[in-house]
Amino acid sequence: MLEIRNLEARVAGKDILRGIDLTVKAGEVHAIMGPNGSGKSTLAQVLAGRDTYQVTGGTVTYNGHDLLALSPEDRAREGVFLAFQYPVEIPGVGNTYFLRSAVNQIHKHRGEPEVDAVDFLALVRDKMKLLELDESLMTRSVNEGFSGGEKKRNEIFQMAVLEPKLCILDETDSGLDIDALKIVANGVNKLRSKDRAIIVVTHYQRLLNYIVPDFVHVLSAGRIVKSGDKTLAMELEKDGYAGILEEAAEGVGSR
Amino acid sequence: MSWPTWLTEIRAGAQSRFDAAGFPTPKLEDWRFTNVAPIARATFHASTNGVSHAAEFKHFFFDHAARFVFVNGHFVPSLSSSQGLPAGVYAGTIQAALRDPAQAKVVEKHLARHAEYKENWQSFVAQNTAQFEDGIFISIPNGVVVEEPISVCFIATGDATAAFARVLVVAGDNSQAAVVETYAGNAATFTNAVTEIVAGANAIVEHYKIQQENAAAFHIGQLTVQQQRDSNVHDHSVSLGGRLVRNDLHFILDGSGAEAQLNGLYITGGEQHVANHSRIDHAQPHCPSRELYKGILTGKSSAVFNGGIIVRQIAQKTDAKQSNKNLLLSDDATINTKPQLEIWADDVKCTHGATIGRLDDEQLFYLRARGIPEEDARGLLTFAFANELLGRMKAPEVRERLEKAVRAKLDSRLGTQDSAREGL
Repeated sequence: MLEIRNLEARVAGKDILRGIDLTVKAGEVHAIMGPNGSGKSTLAQVLAGRDTYQVTGGTVTYNGHDLLALSPEDRAREGVFLAFQYPVEIPGVGNTYFLRSAVNQIHKHRGEPEVDAVDFLALVRDKMKLLELDESLMTRSVNEGFSGGEKKRNEIFQMAVLEPKLCILDETDSGLDIDALKIVANGVNKLRSKDRAIIVVTHYQRLLNYIVPDFVHVLSAGRIVKSGDKTLAMELEKDGYAGILEEAAEGVGSR
Repeated sequence: MSWPTWLTEIRAGAQSRFDAAGFPTPKLEDWRFTNVAPIARATFHASTNGVSHAAEFKHFFFDHAARFVFVNGHFVPSLSSSQGLPAGVYAGTIQAALRDPAQAKVVEKHLARHAEYKENWQSFVAQNTAQFEDGIFISIPNGVVVEEPISVCFIATGDATAAFARVLVVAGDNSQAAVVETYAGNAATFTNAVTEIVAGANAIVEHYKIQQENAAAFHIGQLTVQQQRDSNVHDHSVSLGGRLVRNDLHFILDGSGAEAQLNGLYITGGEQHVANHSRIDHAQPHCPSRELYKGILTGKSSAVFNGGIIVRQIAQKTDAKQSNKNLLLSDDATINTKPQLEIWADDVKCTHGATIGRLDDEQLFYLRARGIPEEDARGLLTFAFANELLGRMKAPEVRERLEKAVRAKLDSRLGTQDSAREGL
């Protein structure tokens, strides 16, 4: 589904991604871990099309398309979804109107009929329950006045409604208490399917107890320095990043 | 028209004031950014010709039971109605009110007594006071609640026509009313409007001024609000039309507990210039004032926000908040924004802030990352910026009308901007 080859990106003249290679197949869950500043969020934002980051090298192929050539909106319509680390508040834009517009953009793209206001509420009701979100949030402006936890749950709620093919979760677990974490993880697990790939970007191993990944990658200084299965996350939890980074540095040095 | 002696004297005094002061020039601090030379240079004349065309402006009228239509300053009875008003409420022309002894007393007490024109920079008020032919007088007795807004539409038509609009609203103690002023037109007219509102103790007044004149029109307006204790006045000013528009607002919080809310929206494009100058005079203690003015500027348009707040020495516990926010959607648009605080009391809360910016990149990206095309996302965010003010309007028919008008104006302006961008 996703083929990242030697991806390099920079922001404000500073190289952040220094040659990422990653292959993600449909049905897989990949966790990307790494210390602060390793480039995790940059990778997530670059995949979603944020233009503050300048891609300076490499390729990203998504279901046969050159992903980097698509606008953010076209990526979304093709099924790429980024759950934001910091969901932005948009006063004056109603949550319902916003999400229905998003759904209809995707429907239009797939040649499906648009959803009217009544059907839309029926469509979202179950998913709001799944994420334990109060229905009153739909009458408010996008993310406005939401608590930190509500914002994160709202991201996963949107994901459940939009049914993307490639889900990228950017530190969705940061700042969540254990109850909210379980709700979010449950929401994500419900979306796991053989047609869908999920990339979980996280700083903490804790989330991976609830969303069990097929692969774990450790990112450091803009490169994936180690890949493994879920036991790698446990190793990280036990020994911290330092051990793995040292080992990786030796590996690089001896190459 | 033969005016009563007291008014004849006032008008003569105002005329000599105007003759002495002339039109304001940018040398006056208050007019630094607004050059009215195009008004001063041109010759405008009074005209009654347009009255027969008044019906062409029907889409600007509201279906309120009490509705008054003026063309070039002249009352049009055939399009007006004063039905459905509660007993004791007077709404009619100033001329008619002056012929009614009971109303004439109230008019004499208030007309031209509040809107000041002694300073050179106030010479447009002097001109209006000296030259208005008629206007609207609304009087709400003590304790009376008028449920439906009373609307007044001032139409300016015919190139080089000068139209003087005059409004006097006297809301008695514990009364409640809403007044909607709409300004519309179809030519290079000059409108000089003066509105005086007196809010009695504990009165609640909602006032709207909707400016939708022709893109070649000049509009100068003064709103003076005299508030007694515990009165509550919410003002909504929306400037969409006109080539050169200036709104002066003067609120006098003259009794403790009086509250003023000033909401303003201006959307400018092409070479439009819109200036809003407000002065809120906290003359008594415990008065809150809230002012939010927002502007959306495109093309080569320019706007001015000048927010004056005066807190008198006795006005302790004043709570004044002022905010001016601007969206600049083109490189050639200009905004001059200035707070002007003059505080003589020591136990007060006064905050002010101004922002000038573009659409928020993060908000834009968030919407696009959910599949909403960039153009739609820009439109959505721009409308949302304006909608904060429309959302404060309590009269649904006014709010809905303005939502449409604002969308139409934004569509045309954003369209202009697109073609400019494509040209790059």
